[in-house]
Amino acid sequence: MGKTIAEKIFDSHGVDNPFGDIHVIRLDAVFCHEITTPVAINDLVSRGMDRVFDPSKIKAVIDHVTPAKDSKTAMQGKILREWAIRQGIVDFFDIGKNGVCHAIFPEKGFVRPGYTIIMGDSHTCTHGAFGAFAAGVGTTDLEVGILKGVCAFHYPHSIKVVIDGELPQGVFAKDVILAVIGKLGVNGATNKVIEFTGHVVDQMSMEARMTLCNMAIEAGGTCGICAPDMTTVDYLWAFIASDYPSKEAALSDYRRFTADSDAHYDQVIHVDASTLSPMVTFGYKPDQVKPVSDMEGEKVDQVYIGSCTNGRLEDLRIAAKILKGKTISPNIRAIVSPATPEIFSKALDEGIIKIFMDAGFCVTNPTCGACLGMSNGVLADGEVCASTTNRNFNGRMGKGGMVHLMSPATAAETALAGVIKNSFLFTEAGGAK
Amino acid sequence: MKQFNGKVLFLDRSDINTDEIIPARYLTEISKEALKPFLLEDLELAGFNPSKDILPSNVVISRANFGCGSSREHAPWAFEVNDINLVVAESFARIFKQNMFNCGMMAVELQSAILDDLFTTFMGKETLLETDLKKNVFVFKSGEICKEIPFSISGFDRALVEADGWVGYADKHY
Repeated sequence: MGKTIAEKIFDSHGVDNPFGDIHVIRLDAVFCHEITTPVAINDLVSRGMDRVFDPSKIKAVIDHVTPAKDSKTAMQGKILREWAIRQGIVDFFDIGKNGVCHAIFPEKGFVRPGYTIIMGDSHTCTHGAFGAFAAGVGTTDLEVGILKGVCAFHYPHSIKVVIDGELPQGVFAKDVILAVIGKLGVNGATNKVIEFTGHVVDQMSMEARMTLCNMAIEAGGTCGICAPDMTTVDYLWAFIASDYPSKEAALSDYRRFTADSDAHYDQVIHVDASTLSPMVTFGYKPDQVKPVSDMEGEKVDQVYIGSCTNGRLEDLRIAAKILKGKTISPNIRAIVSPATPEIFSKALDEGIIKIFMDAGFCVTNPTCGACLGMSNGVLADGEVCASTTNRNFNGRMGKGGMVHLMSPATAAETALAGVIKNSFLFTEAGGAK
Repeated sequence: MKQFNGKVLFLDRSDINTDEIIPARYLTEISKEALKPFLLEDLELAGFNPSKDILPSNVVISRANFGCGSSREHAPWAFEVNDINLVVAESFARIFKQNMFNCGMMAVELQSAILDDLFTTFMGKETLLETDLKKNVFVFKSGEICKEIPFSISGFDRALVEADGWVGYADKHY
């Protein structure tokens, strides 16, 4: 019997098999941010175990509330900062250099095919886009990861999602993943890895694959995963060029982490991309999705473009294409948060930031803040936000607030209209009949 | 080892998420104790009143996909500092369940038909639960009514409960 990508990664990282299907695996990287790590740090200190298994394999960032909004968030940053210095963690990204964890860590080349990664953040599944096993964990798993470089998981079962056909114009990775979550349901992939494959995934950029994998957790999935290919190698080349004589050699090495043709999947789902249209969520669960056409005209108070799902350069370019030379509806407010300083800087160079500002957007520094209602765009009771983020739970972006998840294209068009609306990219192609 | 006995709080809804258990606005706390007043603050559920119902409770019984969403361990901690160490549900989100056992707490699954019966029989009544970890049996009692419900947890989960969590276990073994 052949193996899935996740099985191959597990089999190359085994440390112990203490019970049944529980495998303790060796970690290649432990990612940390200031919300879930300080309690682990304090606990290690109080246990007299204030050390790390390998400072070069720990990466840390202040991203959820930055700049600090109050004394409490300043203290969280302080604890992480002092710990990073104390433990010799070189890859620590503080204010001025910091960005949304799941955007900045891949951008720095910290994610490689075949890697095992944990972080105290549920959207760690994003990094599976590189053919890595990356899972969100709680603070205790994080603490043991920091201390010992290991984590325990059930041996991975996988669901294969085959996305074939051609994506219609104006339909993006976000629409695909919303449609997939709609099919799977919010717990359809619990305890499972979602392996994304097919022609559409092959054609996708790394940014789009990250959007896809980012929301695996919204179907309960442990990790989303895409097989490494030349697109992966191209993205990583700046970081790996000294390790391989050629890109072909790198690819051939990474091919160790592609699935066998006779691998076993608990479930195989086929999606014909050509039948998809832009999607939007309508309730308080991410599987409550419908075509944007069915929600057109619904009023919103705020538009938010950003986050680990859709705050990358490709996302900003698409939104700017829609916003260029236009201004947002006077009845709403709009916020864009480029996910990293590098994205921000490139967006400046390309004139994208100017387009957003001319359109009437507030441009914030890179941060997770608004997505989980912590800072930089919290909703008031009864307000509605059209958002490119990943979670529409009741009160997620602010108590009593409603969130409609959508692609950057739909969000940008919605900002112009003041009501939910399909982007012209889709409608001009004859999509919304 | 923690205690898994006491008064039962019934939360009759699926997909209760970690934002409802402990909203992100309280994630700026760096002590577990500070989370105590905010447990389930954003859960809107008919008949549920957090300021009245949480204090006397030690066990939560709920439905499918309990604890979905964020990885925040603040969710189990918010239960723990309110003396609730056991959640029984039809199913759990992976990270929440792991976090519970990692803290030496328990997240135990029962079949939906059994849960239906428990909700029908006990919800709305003063109900006590005793957990027999040796026999793997929950004993539910309310007045004259008594039900014994067998349960199972994995060997690993049991080892974590006995070690009072994953840090203790991992430090001993790795």
